[in-house]
Amino acid sequence: MNKIEVNGLTFSYEKRASSSRKNVLSGLNFTAEDGESIGLIGANGAGKSTLLKLMVGLLTDYEGELRIGGIRAEKASLADIRKKTGYVFQDSDSQLFMSTVYEDVAFAPRNYGLSEEETRERTLRALESVHMEQMKDRHIYRLSGGEKKRASIASILSMEPEVILMDEPSAALDPKNRRSLIHVLNGLSGTKIIASHDLDFIYDTCERTILIADGRLAADGPTEEILRDQTLLEDNGLELPLSFSRTLE
Amino acid sequence: MSRINEAVHEIHHLDAMASREGRINRIHPLSKLLVTVWYITFTMSFPVYEPGGIFGMILYPAVTMRAGGISAVRSIRKLKPVLLLVCAVGIANPFFDRAVLFRAGPLPVTGGMISMATLMLKGAFAVLASYLLILTTSMESICYALRLLHVPKIMVTMVLLIYRYVIVLLKEAERISQAYSMRAPDQKGIHYRAWGTLLGQLMLRSIDRAQTVYESMLLRGFDGSFRLSKKQKMDRRSAVYLAGWLGIVVLLRYVSVFKLAGSLLE
Repeated sequence: MNKIEVNGLTFSYEKRASSSRKNVLSGLNFTAEDGESIGLIGANGAGKSTLLKLMVGLLTDYEGELRIGGIRAEKASLADIRKKTGYVFQDSDSQLFMSTVYEDVAFAPRNYGLSEEETRERTLRALESVHMEQMKDRHIYRLSGGEKKRASIASILSMEPEVILMDEPSAALDPKNRRSLIHVLNGLSGTKIIASHDLDFIYDTCERTILIADGRLAADGPTEEILRDQTLLEDNGLELPLSFSRTLE
Repeated sequence: MSRINEAVHEIHHLDAMASREGRINRIHPLSKLLVTVWYITFTMSFPVYEPGGIFGMILYPAVTMRAGGISAVRSIRKLKPVLLLVCAVGIANPFFDRAVLFRAGPLPVTGGMISMATLMLKGAFAVLASYLLILTTSMESICYALRLLHVPKIMVTMVLLIYRYVIVLLKEAERISQAYSMRAPDQKGIHYRAWGTLLGQLMLRSIDRAQTVYESMLLRGFDGSFRLSKKQKMDRRSAVYLAGWLGIVVLLRYVSVFKLAGSLLE
C-alpha cells in the first residue's frame, strides 16, 4: 500500500517585491510504499524542505494531489495527517523545548490524550529505540549535538508515526554520532523520507533516492544507481559521494 | 562569561535545582504555591511602623533553604538587582516622615526610617520566597498547581510559553552579542549606533526561532494548551507541610518571636 502519493504537486509563493509568483515545486510525481526508506537530494533551494513541509501541512495551498496514508493533505485533515507523520527538524534546539528529555518525548502522547501510563510506555520505548533510556531525566541543555538529534527522533517516535520525515539529520554531527544515527535510522520501521546533502548518509540509510532540481523530479530510482551517476549529479548541482569518488580514483 | 550567558546559565540552574529529588522538591506543588502566596500576603500585611515583628518572618526562607540545600549567599547574590530595586521603594520615606519616634543613643530615629526599613524587609522577604518557590518547583509543576487553583488555561499556557521563549530570546541575543564582540574586540559593550540594527536582528531572529519551536509543537499535537505531566497526589507530608506553614505564618504575623523570646529570658 502506498503511504505517500504525490501527483502533479506544484507549490509557489508570491514574491514580495513584485506581485509575480515563484514556483518552488512543479508537477512532482512519486509514491512511497509502506516501510520504504527514501533519500531526498538536491542542491540548495531545489525544494526539498518545501516538499517535507507540505507533507506535514506546515505549508498548504498547493496544486495537485498529496496524500499521506490515504488522506489528502488539506487544512481540514491536518490533525489526522500529523498523527501519522513525524517531522524531525534540522535544528534540534528548535525541536526540543521542554526541560528534560523525558518531558519532551512525552509531549506528543500527552497531547494525543494518552493516559500517563501509556505515555510512559511509549516514551520509554521511543527512548530505547534511540538508545537514550539512560538519559531520560537529563536536561536538554546538557545534551551533546548527537544526543539532541537522537532525542528529537525519539520525540516523534513516541507518536508511533507511519511516516517519518527528516530534514538534514546528519548536519553538524561528528563521525561517531553520524554512525550512531545511521544505526538508529536503519533500525526504525515505517516509511522514511530523509532530505540531505550528505549523500554518503543517504547511501547508508536509504534504498531509494529521489533527486529534485529546480522543483522538478530529476531522477527517482535505487540509491546506488543514482549516486553513482556522476553526470546526473553534476548536472543538478551535486557531486559524487565521497565513498564513490574514492572508488573511481 | 557575558551577562546574557549568565542569564541563560541561571535559568538552566533554576531548572536543574527544581528537578532535584530533595525533601522540599518532593512536596506537592500546590502546597508550596499556597504557602508562598500565604507567606507573601502576611508579610505584606505588617504595619510599616512595626519592624520588630517582621524579623520573625525570616524563619520560612531560612528553613526552606536549610531543608532544600540552597545556598543563602548565592541566592542573595543572584537576587541582588531585584533586591536593590525593592529597597528603592521606600527610599524616599525618611524625607517625608521626619517625626522622631525614639533615639538610638545620639541618633534620632524617625518614622520615615522605620517605614523604609519595614518596606525593604517586606519586599526582600517576598522576593526571596518567590525565588525559593521556583528553585524548588519546576515551572511545569507551578503551572500544574495554578491549574488546580482554576487559573484560566490560557494564562497558564502563556506563562509556560513565555518561560520557554525567554531562553530562545536570550540565546539569540547571546549569538548576536558574541558575533559583534568578535569583530569589535577593543570595544566595551555594544556601540549605541549599532543598537538599532542589532535589536532589529534580534527581533527577527527570535521570531523566526519561536516560529520553528511553535511548528514543532503543532506537529506533535499541541492545540493551545499544555498537558501537564506531574499529576501528583497530595500526600500526607505535603498536607502537613501546608497546614504547618499556614499556621506558623499566622503565628509569626501576630506574635513577635523576638519580644516573646525577650520576655521569656526576663
